[in-house]
Amino acid sequence: MSALAAWVRNMRAETRREWVLVLIIILVLFGFSLIIENYLNARLFNRVTTSVAILAILAIGQTLVVLTRNIDLSVGSIVGFTAYFVGQQLSLNNEMEPLLAVLMAVGIGAALGAFNGVIVAYCGVPAIIVTLGTLALYRTLLVEYSDAQTILTVNLPQWLLDFPRLNALSYGRLNLRVVVVVMIAVAIVFQLLLRHSLFGRRLYAIGSSPEAARNAGFATKRLIFSAFVLCGALAGLTGFLFLARFGNITVVAGLGFELKSVAAVVVGGVNIFGGSGSILGAVLGAGLIDLLENSLIRSLQISEFLRDALLGLLILAAVAADRLLMKRRRGP
Amino acid sequence: MNRLGAAESPDGVGKRPALAAVSAALRSWEGFLALLLVCIIGLNAFNTASFLSVENQINLFVLSIEKAIIALIMAFIILNAEIDLSVASMMGLSACALGWLVQQGVAAPAALLACLLIGALGGAFNGFWITVVRLPSLVVTLAMLIGFRGMARVLVEDRSIKEFPAWFEALGQQPLIGPIPLSMMIFFAFLVLAVVILQYSGFGRQVRIIGISEEVARYSGIQVARVKMILFTASGLVAAIAGILFAARLGTVRGDMGLGFELDIITIVLLGGVSIFGGSGSILGVILAILIVLYLRNGMALSNITGHVQTGVIGIILIMSAMIPNIRGFADRVRARGARRK
Repeated sequence: MSALAAWVRNMRAETRREWVLVLIIILVLFGFSLIIENYLNARLFNRVTTSVAILAILAIGQTLVVLTRNIDLSVGSIVGFTAYFVGQQLSLNNEMEPLLAVLMAVGIGAALGAFNGVIVAYCGVPAIIVTLGTLALYRTLLVEYSDAQTILTVNLPQWLLDFPRLNALSYGRLNLRVVVVVMIAVAIVFQLLLRHSLFGRRLYAIGSSPEAARNAGFATKRLIFSAFVLCGALAGLTGFLFLARFGNITVVAGLGFELKSVAAVVVGGVNIFGGSGSILGAVLGAGLIDLLENSLIRSLQISEFLRDALLGLLILAAVAADRLLMKRRRGP
Repeated sequence: MNRLGAAESPDGVGKRPALAAVSAALRSWEGFLALLLVCIIGLNAFNTASFLSVENQINLFVLSIEKAIIALIMAFIILNAEIDLSVASMMGLSACALGWLVQQGVAAPAALLACLLIGALGGAFNGFWITVVRLPSLVVTLAMLIGFRGMARVLVEDRSIKEFPAWFEALGQQPLIGPIPLSMMIFFAFLVLAVVILQYSGFGRQVRIIGISEEVARYSGIQVARVKMILFTASGLVAAIAGILFAARLGTVRGDMGLGFELDIITIVLLGGVSIFGGSGSILGVILAILIVLYLRNGMALSNITGHVQTGVIGIILIMSAMIPNIRGFADRVRARGARRK
């Protein structure tokens, strides 16, 4: 017992926070398994992991930006634009290489992110203003570009439609989809990048104290710019996965994703004022939100209309619980 | 629009020694906005003859009156270095609660009171998490953006309710005194109140000081938590009032009423020169920003430009307006140097 206490005491704050999240997720699973019959089954795992992959990748991008004490509210519009644009190209040219389509999505996302980054980092405009503006701007681009046409599933190549159901691994009825593997790969890459690379540590430094980072001689402008480009690129990738998952893309694709990604990040314990947090936390945050959403849909006692009301309160409760638990453990 | 912004900006800094008075006015953010506004009015009037007619003026104002009303309280919140993302959802919640209560047979006046209570309680709920639990307002109000909207959906589900008494709809849709409808009068009342509180009251000064530095405010004996609590409660209350006016104007309520309005409202406040970091900004700037946004949208609508493009243009203006403060920052430095010399 004392060994356990010592282990907890010696844990890094971030690691502790991740364990708290895991604990909350287990509690949620346990709670819902009491309410819903036959809740803990393979279908829940398959469904939640697939849908969380999309939100988690977006949350990873958002984390990079939030760590530097910025925010990207335009990601929802980037997801919508890339999903539509790539969907249109694939509808027009069914023979296109899959890899090319992915690269196109990531590239467009990165370009849109770079536009944010230039204005935030080099023109010194607060990120919340810039991305609030581009949130509207990119959506307008999409609406104008689409000319009120919808991307239809029937016009898309078969490989794309099969992609979300593609399994990397199967155990009984538990399926690990390729989408989930992609998400895990992205998470590992960025977790390592943030924990161990100079680039990653400097992002934290900027978020902790922009002035100190500048005085230490870091190229803060370039670093913030890179964070926005990476965030855009990941939003582009999310756009591709969104297209693959839903097939039918209208001009409202990805609407509201910016708020969901920010919610995932803050539930994941990333400090909204920068400087602390981890990729694993953001992924767990995305997982918790998606799990709550999916479970609330499943529970018959809770009407579908009550779902959002509960979701908002549960997000608040999760953040508050995290706050209280962290405070107590930081104590003497 | 790009062209317009670029044409005005140099005037703000250019002729420093000559035309001192004019350039001093232009150097301020409000001066720049006023100039932009004059240009937009000129362009609109030139393009469409009916633009300056009284009906069009009142009409364009009434069409966005709810956002204008909430922008006033949002200015206080942002001045205080906080943010309230839940206002549009609260608008929807109060409108839906009103519709639901009336449908359940509650007398309309009682239902109106209940809505105001819901607004104040919802705002206080936000305030509780922000001041007592000390969570960032961005996080709390983001969660309640989802939460309040969800509650609105619980009440009306996916129906729309339109069983309002005739006098209620008339109040929202017909002019009350002369050509001016009730909603505009409420807006002007709030406007006067906002200016008085912010410029001439101790409370307004406290709001500003907290926005500049919460720590300094606390050390100088300001009850920071109390001020924030009052602001968020007021924000909820004002949002509820806006929701009621919205319901009266449309004569029908739905679960998705006012969806996404929070971004428009925040855009207006930031365009008005209120610093997102708190402490600086004025109600005059916010008023000018409201007029700029309304006139731009109206002018574009009269020239058959669709709503989405309008939104895009507003987005560009928001970004550009924030880029020009490099000039404003420059002007501040010039002014500070001048003050030091004195």
